[in-house]
Amino acid sequence: MSKGVLATPKRGIRELGAEELVGWDEVTQGTILETFETEVDNVAHIRPEERPYSDFSSYTATVASWRVIKPVYNRDICIDCQHCWVWCPDTSIVSRDKQMLGIDYDHCKGCGVCVEVCPTNPKSLLMFAEAEEPEVALTKWPEKKKKEK
Amino acid sequence: MALRPIKNLKEFSTANERLEGAHLLCPGCAHSMIVRELMNATDDNLVIATNTGCLEVSTAVYPYTSWDTSWIHIGFENAASAISGAEAMYKARKRKGTLKDPDAPVKFVAFGGDGSTYDIGFQWLSGAIERGHDFTYICLDNEVYANTGGQRSSSTPVGASTTTAQAGRVSYGKKEKKKDIVAIMAAHGAPYVAQVAPNKWKIMAKVFQKALETEGPCFINTVSACTTEWKFDPKNTIEVTDLATDTLIFPIYEIVNGTELNILYRPKKVLPVEEYFAAQGRFKHLFKPENRHIIDQIQKDVNERWEYLQRREEARV
Ligand code: SF4
Ligand code: SF4
Repeated sequence: MSKGVLATPKRGIRELGAEELVGWDEVTQGTILETFETEVDNVAHIRPEERPYSDFSSYTATVASWRVIKPVYNRDICIDCQHCWVWCPDTSIVSRDKQMLGIDYDHCKGCGVCVEVCPTNPKSLLMFAEAEEPEVALTKWPEKKKKEK
Repeated sequence: MALRPIKNLKEFSTANERLEGAHLLCPGCAHSMIVRELMNATDDNLVIATNTGCLEVSTAVYPYTSWDTSWIHIGFENAASAISGAEAMYKARKRKGTLKDPDAPVKFVAFGGDGSTYDIGFQWLSGAIERGHDFTYICLDNEVYANTGGQRSSSTPVGASTTTAQAGRVSYGKKEKKKDIVAIMAAHGAPYVAQVAPNKWKIMAKVFQKALETEGPCFINTVSACTTEWKFDPKNTIEVTDLATDTLIFPIYEIVNGTELNILYRPKKVLPVEEYFAAQGRFKHLFKPENRHIIDQIQKDVNERWEYLQRREEARV
């Protein structure tokens, strides 16, 4: 499925053991949303990009439209400290093998927490207008700030 | 039992996330920081129950779920009961040999906000702890019924303005003291009880791991800064939480077996409480001249409480 927009449910719920899908107003109280298409063992051992998410997982949805400003990431300055990773409330900092890879713009809400907690000088993450192209934003990066005495 | 390495953040960051994005919590919400960290602290299978509250309504919005684990929601108040039932069934099936994979490690966790923990689900939680189920209950304490429009709860602190305890011409906001939930849970004789905050990620991860490892019911109160009801800019969630822990408004400590109290974080420089208040709109009115005495009173209470915690730590009783 392409990234769905929230609150346009064209799909139904499959009740346990049933063939047909039913709407939210027809379902027996007590609903099961299956996160994965197939049975998975322990997802803690499977990387997100390798998981068989079903359309019911919010992983397949996006909240990009919530943003008016967005964080842009500058790899050249980043020290991979992972502050942004641990404090992002929206699972939108993609880190693999101890490296910060970038921002998941489908799930980032533009809160700006990652920018605030980034310790480098200048910061490796900065907020820009949503419409700004990241490549253009990178050309506008500030210089290193001198320590105030 | 598989706890994840948390010696440093780089190591910790190799965890495979199990709370998905595109949940509908407000930008900058501390709830999901806390939940992510709990889930990243272990590789074990998780069964999670959640009370009604911001977390529940935002992570299970039909037709989406943000949970990559087994997750149960029943009613406002009964995550503790739901998780008790799940845990009891798991044990029974293990005994009867009807589990598909009896050796797979499973942990049982319940989440609730302060409304459902301090107030509405209080007796359910109390019962579950008394029955001694093997689970960890985590309260996401944002000191208000944030999901329903910001009504005061019994966790709302003195002086905060809420929609049902509004500051104005005749009132300085809530007058009643915040319930000491950590002490109440420790008094149940729970084997492990603690209060932590997400700005201190390592302490929080350690405490979560200790709770997951401990057999029996564990209770953890987590400070969860709420950008909407505390009224601060979403980007400042961690900054406001830093102020909460460094003014000692939210001391970070654990109580083992109801008696052994350990302070887990001592700020290098203790800040005056008014710095914490100044960062949030809900305390704005306290800075009016006629309300200054409230700030002074709260500072006094905070100092006394810190003194008390230190004495208890020393006394080991
Ligand atoms: S702006 Fe907020 S949601 Fe987006 S990546 Fe940064 S911390 Fe995460
Ligand atoms: S907080 Fe900044 S320096 Fe640290 S990993 Fe993120 S972008 Fe890089």
